[in-house]
Amino acid sequence: MLIKLTGGAVYDPASGIDGAKQDIYIQDGRIVNKPVGDFKVDKEYDLKGKVVMSGAIDMHTHIGGGKGNIARTLLPEDHRADPVVRTDITRSGCGHAMPSTFVTGYRYAEMGYTAGFEPAVLPINARQAHMEMADIPILDKGGYVLMGSDDYLLRMLTAKKDQKAINDYVAFTMQAAKAIGVKVVNPGGISAFKFNQRKLELDEQNSHYGVTPREILKALATAVKELGITHPLHVHGCNLGVPGNMNTTLDTIQGIGGLPMHLTHIQFHSYGTEGDFKFSSGAAQIAEAVNLNKNITIDVGQILFGQTVTASGDNMRQFANHKHASPNKWVTMDIECDAGCGVVPFKYKDQNFVNALQWAIGLETFLLVDDPWRIFLTTDHPNGAPFTSYPHLIRLLMDRSFRNDVLATIHPEAQKMTTLASIEREYSLQEIAIMTRAGAARLIGLQDRGGLAAGNWADITVYTDNVDRQLMFEKPDYVFKDGELVVVDGKVVHSKWGTTHVVKPDFDASVEKDLQKYFDRFLTMKLGNFKISDDEITEDGRGSLTVHPLKGSVA
Amino acid sequence: MAEITEVPSPFCGIGTDDLCIQVDGASLKVVKNGCAVNTPAFEQAITDTRPRVDGKDVSLAVAVAKAAVLLKNTNQPVIGGCATDVNGMRALLALADRSGAVVDNMNFTGARNNFLALQDSGWMNTTLAEVKNRCDLLLVVGIDLESFSPRFFERYLWNEESMFLDDTGKRQVIYLGKAPSGNSSTSPNGQKAQVFECATEDLPDVVAVLRALVKGNPIRVDSVGGITVADLQEIADKLKAASYSVVTWAAGALAYSQAELTVQTLSEMVKDINNRNARSSGLPLGGKEGDQTANQVCGWTTGYPARTRFSSGYPEYDPYLNDANFLLANGEADVLVWVQAFNAKAIPPVTNLPTIVLGRSGMTFAKEPDVFIPVGTPGIDHAGHAYRMDNVVAIRLKKLRESGLPSTSDVLHAIEQAL
Repeated sequence: MLIKLTGGAVYDPASGIDGAKQDIYIQDGRIVNKPVGDFKVDKEYDLKGKVVMSGAIDMHTHIGGGKGNIARTLLPEDHRADPVVRTDITRSGCGHAMPSTFVTGYRYAEMGYTAGFEPAVLPINARQAHMEMADIPILDKGGYVLMGSDDYLLRMLTAKKDQKAINDYVAFTMQAAKAIGVKVVNPGGISAFKFNQRKLELDEQNSHYGVTPREILKALATAVKELGITHPLHVHGCNLGVPGNMNTTLDTIQGIGGLPMHLTHIQFHSYGTEGDFKFSSGAAQIAEAVNLNKNITIDVGQILFGQTVTASGDNMRQFANHKHASPNKWVTMDIECDAGCGVVPFKYKDQNFVNALQWAIGLETFLLVDDPWRIFLTTDHPNGAPFTSYPHLIRLLMDRSFRNDVLATIHPEAQKMTTLASIEREYSLQEIAIMTRAGAARLIGLQDRGGLAAGNWADITVYTDNVDRQLMFEKPDYVFKDGELVVVDGKVVHSKWGTTHVVKPDFDASVEKDLQKYFDRFLTMKLGNFKISDDEITEDGRGSLTVHPLKGSVA
Repeated sequence: MAEITEVPSPFCGIGTDDLCIQVDGASLKVVKNGCAVNTPAFEQAITDTRPRVDGKDVSLAVAVAKAAVLLKNTNQPVIGGCATDVNGMRALLALADRSGAVVDNMNFTGARNNFLALQDSGWMNTTLAEVKNRCDLLLVVGIDLESFSPRFFERYLWNEESMFLDDTGKRQVIYLGKAPSGNSSTSPNGQKAQVFECATEDLPDVVAVLRALVKGNPIRVDSVGGITVADLQEIADKLKAASYSVVTWAAGALAYSQAELTVQTLSEMVKDINNRNARSSGLPLGGKEGDQTANQVCGWTTGYPARTRFSSGYPEYDPYLNDANFLLANGEADVLVWVQAFNAKAIPPVTNLPTIVLGRSGMTFAKEPDVFIPVGTPGIDHAGHAYRMDNVVAIRLKKLRESGLPSTSDVLHAIEQAL
């Protein structure tokens, strides 16, 4: 079937197209060039006056894995306020802060998103992450495997194993967990909490292993680079949420020595200690450092006001944050000498000074970082806000007067502590398309996604241009996933299953010999049972794996 | 004859995956690392292979069609048991969504003690590898741990090597409530567990005093539930002095009314210890016959644990009103579907309602159900996934033999298609 999308204004940063009127042809799930000679269009969509972008990609969203399911179980009252009814084509479920898997897929698609990446796949919990994501319809998905507090890596660093050995272990773990990237959370800190350390600075040693976060970051960032993984090491840094942590973040940027590094939900790591409340914005300094250091990419982790739930691998910081739990119930877990998690419900309030300033810090960061290819639009769903708030966030970025109107309503002391009112920048449609499409695909290393040139998979979103950008991005006219029309007028009309994106870096098979001994001695499962096989993803006939090339390899 | 090694078990809850099983046609023999729970569960012979309608052998297609007829146009179907693997639960929830059923895991009334505590105040918990490598004090509350999990101590406490303890034999084990039935809890050095017995229904008082002592609150009695406050003070002191204490309980064993408050007191006590600059974690026992699996899959599919109804067109959780036994007793249901792929002895509640059973081969009934479909057991007859007690690790179950029995998922999917 040949589909033609006629006359829309195309925003395709991957091809350098910025709003030009262009026709797009779709055949067999992919975008194709206009056929030569005589041809018959089976279905044509008149997109005059419409805005066309590729499907949006959320490069950091907690959509699969144990902590998310703990968050769901913890909050029945939140679900009760947002029941989702079954229809002939969609399953029932629940929404708001941590939606059920089916609703996650539908609501992302209804906003024009066609892919989401779970940033904290614990190796030992990777099966669950993939099983949950397998029940998210429409979206493509993938995960970054969480390392850095796993005993095996820490003992390698203590023993001063060479980089090659670390690379092999990282590659093995990525393959075993079916990952497309590597994440580190509070490097070494999750482990340190289990030894009763309550904080861990960048150069502070884990009391058992004698290893510092800086050393862990260096080892993992080097491994990612040397293995040819496109996605840079994905870093949730030390001291999340601690006033003054901007210095840790600046140190982390300097300390990585030019290696590619992605600093995630940087808003939570951009705090100073100035002012009457000893809490201030470090966004300007952080943005300056990001602008200067081209090896650094960031996503923001914007907070938006209202009830949500925070779910993180950072058991150390989540334990400390439990005193802010609202409602007052929370969970932490120590997990398998591998990782941990903490789940704390939060209600961000615009009349709370800290929350109000967190809101402003996130927006300052967005507006002060120059290069939209190196900054990504996230709320760290659900930690800063549920992903369903993205259209509102886009309006805040694109509409200065709206932004200033909201700013005028927040805690007055927070208004005094932010430069937001003086920042004139408004994001353009092309910049939004970079952050949420082309840039994200490039950052993750997705081949044939995130662009509208021929050869790409036909993940396409069509909006009606509207000066109210929230309304515009809330309700796309059409969303195509792999060439199939899945959403019309902001409602799912057809459901399908996306693929799971992975990379398969090579490793020296001898790494498994040591690991097998290690598993037998210390862990609770056999190495052979730990590794996730391809058929676990594909055997139900819905899932599939898409393997992306490594850097330097011949695609 | 083949021998399959590294076989994971869905039966014991603690995720043993070192079984060695000899396969001879359809018969299995556990030749290494069996236990009183796993060996009989794996070795049970296949007796039924054909579905029955009204007691007569029929083809699978006929049984599925009959099940669909019984489900069609009902007002309130109830799907009980819910003992199967991840794919089985997926299909079960799809059928429930389609038919507006109530879904109720058969162990939920026990597990409810945990869910109510979790949903009211939360907890700080741990997993088995942390126990194995870190735990220097295990407090066992209200359960005979070794009859619950025969290999718990061998695998997770008396392991020869651990990452962070020089001598695992020096770990301390304290029983509060129930005494151990055997000697598994005695360390290889011969150090016996300390046992402080009390009646199960006295546990709320005993645990409340223990928590008060951890917090340093004054206690004005000398003993509680027959245990002296001095003994409880000693336990409290040990909990606070340990490097990494672990407090374990089995929600289903706390068989008295409002036992969720005991779980909550234990969980809050663990938080208290952590707030006093020591590490401690909880470890709820469970994970047998798919109970964690049911709650996990229902959790991501609906947002709620596996006592949830779909009769309004969307999921509604109620830990009391959606109890299958309650609904049957009150005449609120009009058809029962019972799913139990692991345990042939776990038969459906007796009811006069039309009853469809997807059961492990060998189920015998006081009253023959309208439809009985013997299904394969996950981890024996087909591959699958099941959750361990600690709720973090999903084990990959293996297919051990070619029995021809369909999976729960295949059958439920076929019934849904036929509706």
